[in-house]
Amino acid sequence: MASKLKNAKALAALHKKLAEETGAGKCRISLCNGTACRPYGSNPVAEAFRAEIEKRGLADQVEFKITGCHGFCERGPIAIVEPGNLFYQRIKVSDIPEILDSTIQRKDAVDRLLFRQGADTPAVTRQNDIPFYKKQQRIVLGNNTRIDPTNIDDYISIGGYSALARTLNDLQPEQVIQMVKESGLRGRGGGGFPTGTKWETCRKAHGDIKYVIVNADEGDPGAYANEGLLTGNPHSVLEGLVIGAFSIGSHQGYIYVRNEYPLALKNINLAIEQAQKLGLIGKNILGSGFDFSVRVNRGGGAFVCGESTALMASLEGKPGEPRAKYIHTVEKGLWDRPSCLNNVETWANIPLIVNNGAGWFSKIGAPGNSGTKIFSLTGKVNNTGLVEVPMGIKLRDIIFDIGGGIRGGKKFKAVQTGGPSGGCLPEKLLDSPVDFDSLIKAGSMMGSGGMIVMDEDNCMVDVARYFLTFLEEESCGKCVPCREGVKRMRQILTDITEGKGRESDLDLLHDLSVHLKDSALCALGSSAPNPVLTTLQYFKDEYEAHIKNKKCPAGVCKALIRFAIIDEKCPGCGRCVKPCPSEAITFMGKKNPVILDQSKCIKCRTCYDICKMGAVSIE
Amino acid sequence: MKDKVAEIIKKYGGDSSQLVSILQDVQTEYNYLPRAALDKLSKKLSIPQSHVYSMATFFRAFSLKERGKHIVNVCTGTACHVRGADLILDSLERQLGVKHGQTTADRGFTLETVNCMGCCATGPVVKIGEEFFGHMTNDKVEPMLNQFKE
Repeated sequence: MASKLKNAKALAALHKKLAEETGAGKCRISLCNGTACRPYGSNPVAEAFRAEIEKRGLADQVEFKITGCHGFCERGPIAIVEPGNLFYQRIKVSDIPEILDSTIQRKDAVDRLLFRQGADTPAVTRQNDIPFYKKQQRIVLGNNTRIDPTNIDDYISIGGYSALARTLNDLQPEQVIQMVKESGLRGRGGGGFPTGTKWETCRKAHGDIKYVIVNADEGDPGAYANEGLLTGNPHSVLEGLVIGAFSIGSHQGYIYVRNEYPLALKNINLAIEQAQKLGLIGKNILGSGFDFSVRVNRGGGAFVCGESTALMASLEGKPGEPRAKYIHTVEKGLWDRPSCLNNVETWANIPLIVNNGAGWFSKIGAPGNSGTKIFSLTGKVNNTGLVEVPMGIKLRDIIFDIGGGIRGGKKFKAVQTGGPSGGCLPEKLLDSPVDFDSLIKAGSMMGSGGMIVMDEDNCMVDVARYFLTFLEEESCGKCVPCREGVKRMRQILTDITEGKGRESDLDLLHDLSVHLKDSALCALGSSAPNPVLTTLQYFKDEYEAHIKNKKCPAGVCKALIRFAIIDEKCPGCGRCVKPCPSEAITFMGKKNPVILDQSKCIKCRTCYDICKMGAVSIE
Repeated sequence: MKDKVAEIIKKYGGDSSQLVSILQDVQTEYNYLPRAALDKLSKKLSIPQSHVYSMATFFRAFSLKERGKHIVNVCTGTACHVRGADLILDSLERQLGVKHGQTTADRGFTLETVNCMGCCATGPVVKIGEEFFGHMTNDKVEPMLNQFKE
């Protein structure tokens, strides 16, 4: 790594040198080693790649990069080979020699490792041709495949920190703020507040000491968009943060990272260390006279700390309890000083705006909702992963084109956005655009980017109960409406899922929801009814089936279902007998159907999952 | 214990605003938050014991009880929930003979839940120590646990 950069010129020279050096005449293999690829064994694959390249002495022909998340988590471990934009999926250690052979000799791609949506569909060779990537616009996440996040040289080689140099050299703080305002960028943490306006208010707020904060406390269960970005491209977040600090007039920043993301923590700490060595953080950055330092704080596993005032309380070393926001945090936030808090993704958009201009950014996406948004597309879709789409795209395009539709040919039921604060949207709303305003109109919200797809086997009452259980645990307990209201709603929902619901419960749930929305202290409480209200609005028939008929149509709620053997389908193979934890299944000899003793059955679903003949039914 | 706690405090320059991070490090060191360590923190950082205790109990990442050799984390985030994480948790509770939040009598395992670990695509996910197990089904639970039993 180079020594401290004295000015913007030195940075430009370093960029030129690194860009020329990188990959000159070499093939490049980028292997995803993000958090989601690791359960598939991407670590041993990475080691084996390195060892094989060394063994064959190919270091001067192949540039091997271990990168952060490529997005297509469903098919991990994945790698991209350049030139050619070849996309390899589900790579095993044993595949490596063959990949290297074909790469070095520029032969045909290794066919069995190419992407196919189904077994009988043709293989797709190039990443950009895969339906999962085709409709995406990866302006923020796209660089993940080009850089090793643990090496600042990689980020600089693709033009990293040039936006910071431009800001410090050529722009006044007000100009940057104006640019961000004109770009139309809105807060990516879910609130959708105009970022430029927030910065402007914070710049104008009284006080000499101001703070900038990165909210990386992505506590929304089922969302890992921030994780993928912070782990895969930490410098883009840092660069945005320093630009913001300069514009607002802050010299101290904080990055609050969820403790359940060890890799993100490691990479951002490393990024700060390297940026300090190059003089991109610290005193007199690039000779501009601007000083800035930054500290990383770890969260403690509290969902409420994603709320700005709770997060700031936690940064002060206090329990993460929110406060009423009649005075905004941009006026009085951390240590009662003006503080500007933005989400990871918001900060990472800033260098793009500075480099490409507000006009370029505002043309992406939809009017009033410019830019892209990263979603973690999970649940019952075929292609799960991190997707970055222009705002305004239809839900249907994300789920059926990018996501490849529902797994196992099942029927789509709902899509949940916005996490516990969001709602569940039904099929009839699939053609609504995905933007801040449309989602709120539908009763849900953007949130930090969770998008969980549910099929016919998911019970919407159970989903509502799940979110309320989560919120009951995560409620900090400071205000009564949330502490008591969420608890009562969860109790009613639990009763319904257990077949103890009354017809009056639905009105009661609705009343409680309305009161909670009006009276809770922070957004955790006021948005807590959303999962209940949307499921009541769009899936009322399921509630009624639970209450009136004592049935769970999706076959999820244990108290309302029973498992049974379909004698005609059961070949008597006995595969389900031993795994049954309660010894409820008796083997009756080959070719005779097994017998399931209802009095012993604990409804664990093991037999249902094991049976390949479909001989276990849920009634 | 004295030295270890003092060392951790020193690492953070005795800054009590970094109490969450300090508690995290203490927990990494001892696998839980021992009472003596909390006393020590209170004295060294000149903050009331009640404050240290309120922090240690507010955040779900902390445990005041000694935990087992292997920490079994079942992800119960939404993506894992819709794919049946509850059934995996039930199965683990049955096989370990403890409820979540509890430790087995031989201190071999502590069963915990977590709200998301950032690998939703492979859900339902279980993490034991640093090792991830994706696409979990009930019949995979026993062989998974056996790898960690002595």
